Formats: sequence, C-alpha cells, structure tokens
Amino acid sequence: MLDKLKIPERHYLNNGHGLASWLLTKDHKRIAIMYLISISVMFFLGGLFAVGIRLELATPAGDFVSADAYNKFFTAHGVIMVFFFLIPSIPAVLGNFLIPPMIGAKDLAFPRINLLSLYIYWIGGIFTLYAMLSGGVDTGWTFYTPYSATGSNSNVVPVALGVFIAGFSSILTGLNFIVTIHRMRAPGMTWFRLPLFVWAHYATSLVQVLGTPVIAITIVMLGVERGLGFGIFDPARGGDPVLFQHLFWFYSHPAVYIMILPALGVQSELISTFSRKTIFGYSFVAFSSLAIAVFGFIVWAHHMFVAGISTYAAMVFSFLSFSVAIPSAVKVFNWTATLYKGAISFETPMLYAYGFMGLFAIGGLTGLFLATLGMDIHLHDTYFVVAHFHYIMVGGAIMGYMGGLHFWWPKITGRMYSEFFSRIAAILVFVGFNLTFLPQFVVGYLGMPRRYHSYPDEMQVLNVMSSAGASVLGLGYFLPVLYLLWSLKNGEVAGANPWGASGLEWQTQSPPLTENFIEAPVVDHEPYEYEHVVAKEKHLV
Amino acid sequence: MKIFGIPVFPEQASTFAKDVDALYFFIFATSAFFAVVVAIAVIYFGIRYHKTHDGEIGARIEGSLPLELLWSVIPTIIAMVMFGWGATVFYHLRRPPAEAMHVYAVGKQWMWKFQHLEGQREINELHIPAGRPIKITISSEDVLHSLYFPAFRTKMDAIPGRYTELWFEAQTPGEYHIFCAEYCGTNHAGMIGTVTVLEPAQYQAWLQGGGLEGTLAERGAKLFNDLACSTCHLDTGQGRGPSLKDIVGKTVDLQDGSSVMVDEAYLRESILNSQAKIVKGFQPLMPTFQGLVSEENLVALIEHVKSMSPNATTATVPATGAAAATPNPAAAAAEKK
Repeated sequence: MLDKLKIPERHYLNNGHGLASWLLTKDHKRIAIMYLISISVMFFLGGLFAVGIRLELATPAGDFVSADAYNKFFTAHGVIMVFFFLIPSIPAVLGNFLIPPMIGAKDLAFPRINLLSLYIYWIGGIFTLYAMLSGGVDTGWTFYTPYSATGSNSNVVPVALGVFIAGFSSILTGLNFIVTIHRMRAPGMTWFRLPLFVWAHYATSLVQVLGTPVIAITIVMLGVERGLGFGIFDPARGGDPVLFQHLFWFYSHPAVYIMILPALGVQSELISTFSRKTIFGYSFVAFSSLAIAVFGFIVWAHHMFVAGISTYAAMVFSFLSFSVAIPSAVKVFNWTATLYKGAISFETPMLYAYGFMGLFAIGGLTGLFLATLGMDIHLHDTYFVVAHFHYIMVGGAIMGYMGGLHFWWPKITGRMYSEFFSRIAAILVFVGFNLTFLPQFVVGYLGMPRRYHSYPDEMQVLNVMSSAGASVLGLGYFLPVLYLLWSLKNGEVAGANPWGASGLEWQTQSPPLTENFIEAPVVDHEPYEYEHVVAKEKHLV
Repeated sequence: MKIFGIPVFPEQASTFAKDVDALYFFIFATSAFFAVVVAIAVIYFGIRYHKTHDGEIGARIEGSLPLELLWSVIPTIIAMVMFGWGATVFYHLRRPPAEAMHVYAVGKQWMWKFQHLEGQREINELHIPAGRPIKITISSEDVLHSLYFPAFRTKMDAIPGRYTELWFEAQTPGEYHIFCAEYCGTNHAGMIGTVTVLEPAQYQAWLQGGGLEGTLAERGAKLFNDLACSTCHLDTGQGRGPSLKDIVGKTVDLQDGSSVMVDEAYLRESILNSQAKIVKGFQPLMPTFQGLVSEENLVALIEHVKSMSPNATTATVPATGAAAATPNPAAAAAEKK
C-alpha cells in the first residue's frame, strides 16, 4: 500500500499569513473561503429569525413576540436568506473556488474584481444588518408597494439600499464567471467537455448579469417615491402599485434560478461521481440549464394571478410557467437514468444528492399546482406557497450546497470529516426538513395565509408539527459546524482525489496550490470518463 | 375532512370548491405517480447497482435520444392538460353571472367593511344567502389587501385606486373564515372575519333587521346633494356637467375624440380624477374629489348613479380594474341585452 498521505508542503492556505494576506488576496480560493465564512454567519442569523417565527407559530395566539416584531422577523429571515445567503451561496463559495481548477485555469479572469465583489457584499451586508438591528423593516422581503412606499414606518430605504449594494456583488461575480468560462479554458477543454457544474454556473451568471439591474432600478424607484415623494407606485399621486410587482418579480423570479441552478450543477457532479458513470444525456442536462435560465425570465406574472392582471395575461403567464417544468423534469429523469448500471456508493455527498432528488421533485411538482390558474387562486399567499418555495430553495438549493460542501471539503481543506457524524447530519436534515414543510402544504390548502402572526385554533396541530420538525432541521444544520471545524485539525488527510472523481480539480493536490496546477493541464478526453481515473490510480500504484 | 378531529382538508362550501378540488386531486395524482416512479427507480438502482469492489466503474451509457424525447414530450402533454383544465376553472371564476347579487367590500388596515345594496353595513362579518351567485366589488382605503374565502376556494387582491371583483355561489349554510391574504402591515393576521351563509329565507329575515340609513343608493343620493354634485349634473342635460340619467352601460364620446363605456371603474375615475376624461361638449370644470370621498362613500355615490339608469344591468368591472380601456362595443351591446 501507499505511504500514509500527507498534506502537501505548499498550498494556497499557507502561501502568506496574517490578515492582510487574506484581505488583499487575489486568489479565488481564499476569496471563496471568506465568502464561506460570511454566508455561514448570514445563514446562522437568518436561521435565528426562523427560530423566532416557528416559536411564535407553535401557538395560535400571537403571544411570543408582538405583531410588529413578528413582521420584522419574517422580513429579516427572508431578506438575509435570499439576498445574503442563497444568492451568493453556491456561486460565490463553490463556484468561486472550483470553476478555475475545473476548467484548468489559474484564477478567474478578473481576480481584483472578484475581491471587489466580496467587499461590496460585505458593505451591503453590514448596511442591511445595521438597518435591521437599529429598528428593522416590516414589509416582507418582497417590499410590496404601496405599503413599503407610504404605509410602513420602518427602515425600508436603508434595508433596500443594502440589497441594492449587494446586487452589484452578484452582477460582478456573474460577469467574472462568464468571461472566465469563455476565455480561460485549458487547451482541449471544449464547451462540451465542461463539467455540468460549470454549465449550470454559466446559466446562473447570465441571469445574474441580466436580471439584477432590474431589481436595482426598482429599489431606486421605491427610494425616490419614499424619500422624495415621487408618485410612481402610489395611486393617490397617479402611480400604479401593481407596477412594482411586475418589476420586482421580473428580477425575483429569475433570482429563484440564481439560487437553484448552481445546486442542479452540484447534483450532476455528485450523481456522476458516486455512480462512477458519465451523466446520461450530457447535452440535454447542459442545455436544460440554459433553458431554465431563459424561460425563467418570461414567467414572472405567475406571482400576480390575483393581483388584478387581466384574465388573458394570466393565461399567457400560466402557459409559459409550465415551460420551466419541462427542462426541470428532464434533469430529474437524466439523473435517474445515470444511476442505471452505475457503481453506486453512499458516502455523505451522495446521501445529500439522494435527498435532493426527493425534495427537488416535491418542490418542482408542487410548482405545477401553483402554475395551474384555477388552483393558484386558492393557494396564492398561503402556506402551500411557503412550503413549495422552501422545498426548492432549502430542499433544493441548500441540499445542493451542503452536498457540494461535503463533496469538495477535502479539496478545499485537504482533510476528511467524520463520515459517521456527517451521515447522521444528512439524514437529520432530510427528515427534519420534511417534518417542517410537509405539514405546511396541508395547512396551506386549509387556507392559512402566510405572514400571519396568529392563526385559527384548528390549525395548531399542523403548526406544532412544523415547529417540531424545524428543531430537528436546526440540529442537522448545526452538526456540520462541529465536525467540519474539527476536521480542520484532526481530519484524516484526504489526498488529491479521495472520491475517485473525474473532474480536473481532483487532479491537482488538496489543498491546491495558489496557482492551482504545477503545469497547465491539457484535456484530451471527454468529461466523466472514469476509465481514466481508474487507470491513473493503477498507474500510481 | 378531519383526521383525529384535526381538519386536514377545507370544507367545500361553494360551487367552485368542487371544481377546484377535482383539479387538485388530478394534479396530486399525476404528481404522486411521477414522484413514486422516480423514487422507486432511484432506490432500486441504488440497491441493484451498489458498488461491490474498489475500482469498479459504471457502464458507459452516453444517453438516448428516443428516451430524451419521450420524457420531454409526455410531461409537456400532461402539463398542457393541467394548463387547459386550470385555465377553464379560472375563466369560470373570473366571469360573474349577470344576475349575481352585488356586495361591496372595502379593505382598510385592519378590517374588512362590507356594504349591501339594501343598506346593511358590516365589519369583518358578511351575511349572504346560499344558492345565489354573489359578486363582490373590492377596493382598498390604504395598502394592498386580499379578500380570501378558503371554503369557497377564491380570493382577489384589494388594490388602492381601482376596483377588482370576485364571485362565488355558496352552497352550504354555515360560518366560514374570511382572511386577508396579502400582507398589509402590523395587524395583518387580525384582518380576519366570518362569512355566514344563510338559507334564503333566513337571509331575507336578516335583511329586515338593519339598513337604518336606507339603501346604499339612497345614501349615495344624499351624498350627491351634500357634495353639490347635483348643482351641475342636472337630469335635463342643461347643467355645467353632463346628465347622469341612463348613462350606465352606454358609451359616451369624449372631448379628445375617443369614447368610453360607463362602468364602475369609469365613474370612480371621473369622481376622483375628474380631469382624466372630459365628455364631449363640456368644460373641465369639475373639481377632483381625491382624498375627499372615502371608498365607502364612493361606492354609495356610484350606486346612486347606477340607480339613475334603471334599465342597465349592473355594469361589469373589468378584472384589470383600470378605468382606462378602450370600450368594447360588443361588450356594451351585450350589457344592454
């Protein structure tokens, strides 16, 4: 057998010490680590507000916190989780760390802009957190007018400004990825040899670059209405309150795909690696990401079926909404077919991938109910919608993020975490998640509206189930903090390619060098060819 | 439906409830079928093709165009069935019958105010007869709200500055929830009430018990005088403003050469923003009543104007609500029938 594996002498983590070596770094991997720490803090804060929400809803009466405090809780939960955790999560951490080594590049195309986007994220985040802690905001993360323009007495403009600032971080990251994927691929790394993770990030980046400016403009319009008294959305001054919803969802619906597309990319990597088999229908999976990104821009008004849009407009948007379902279904079928005749094993990342299949399927299928016009009238703005989008954004995006983090952790740190505790955590997350959100479909169909501080007595049992499930889910999310931190010092040394994966990033040492590769790689075979991985392992022996 | 005494499915108290629930069960069954097929396949493959030794790799299968087409086309067809069915139910939900009984609702932080044409006014309570279509015209005094009747499976946003509407036909007498479904500020969760569905005879008895201020139209007539509308809008057509007699449901020509059908949305706009559309042959003299007339009084005024057109059936509000809209002559003709 081989000698005991050792952490390489030189790698990106020990290339420079001290705070300045981090804060002034141009290394995409160090920037990714700083993002990882930042979004983890944000996830923890957003989670605290969720704890407050579930505690309040454990009883029908509004008795845990005041109505105003509750409204600020769910607004803070939404704003933090959407804009400061989910949107940057996979792209800014995993995408940032992995896209260059995956395509055989030394760094992103614009390393300084990459660092700038982190600073912008920090400024936006600190701004928003300060505005939330110094009074908070109670409009919901959707900032609907006219309540946000004229009704609310809370810190609407500062919080919205924080979101505005953070948006530039998202645009710059997207721009950086697009240029990098176009210009920095290693010789032989053709478009159809790109890992599907990279395809998914390419589609995501398009949405970030094209969609984010619209939310920025909308926030400016809200700001001048609230601050300077312009009558853009206020009907008393000649404005139109529904216009805001059109503008808001023109970004915020595609933003759902900013959150989920990267997770779909992670999923493809995990399914392929842990069944040691190429992805079934590579080009269909790759193009379905682009299709989702494009269709995502023409479905926004399905959030507005009862908001006074015309009957025929509603029909058009319902029809178009179903178009997003098809590429999503195609992905699920292709992952399933990939498993056929694979060599499947269930390490922790694969447990997350299996969990993802289940939760993303339920999330996607419940989307069909909401796209169906006659059905959505009843379900709109109820807990059914809350459950649906948590299945996509937590069951999908966060499962993907956790799966990806566990998959690439040995690459990022050079060490393995506890397989036992990580499997326990993956199962806790899956079980806790379903306990939390399945009852919400039922209580939603019963008619419980979202954003209710108190609710009718007969809905208590389902809400208690949800709150109980949330505590299991919370435990499942907290456990990784412990064993991942523990692994940094005590974890087994992982080696370059502990999973026998096929991607280029696994051919360099773990943790990688600052410049990723000792000599620039040349790609001479198709993606996901495990024959090469096995041959290389044998050659090494 | 209840399990262990806990409600898990809402009561079906309107004609829509059955339509919507049938659609629900169809989508549920279809979704469950696909979810179960994928789940079985994924679990079976996981067991059947479990890795047995180090270095084992999966079979090299690149894909299959026929399969890709199959699982793109079949979901597309099923999705189109869902779309068509859903759109049909929705179309029905959006088309109140002409004979529907008319009620006005005004959303206000944080209460629902209902006004019956007979003059009854209710707050967070609504009494209606069973077995008769009810049309509710909705407006808002302040921010967005959404009038939601889960037992009837319908809701519609209340949007400041315009009218929206919903309709339903309640079937089962009883008491059901009214919720505000669109977040509207501090006490959003307190903006709830009860709709009481009565047998028609009971409803008639209930009507006898209230309406101290006369009917809604009578209250409007009093406002019409108090606000001095009557000094210009003479029935003779000789006043400084056009006569309002027999105008509802008709098309009037405007100063700029266009024309507009007189409905609730147009009347609302003409009161609140009187300069927006000037009737041909008249001067833009009328003051704006924006901020001077509450939503409830506005409704009374409109009912008064409508009572001056006894031959017109209730003018429908377009679901878009905006008072604009080039008139549709066909619709106007249909109104007269």
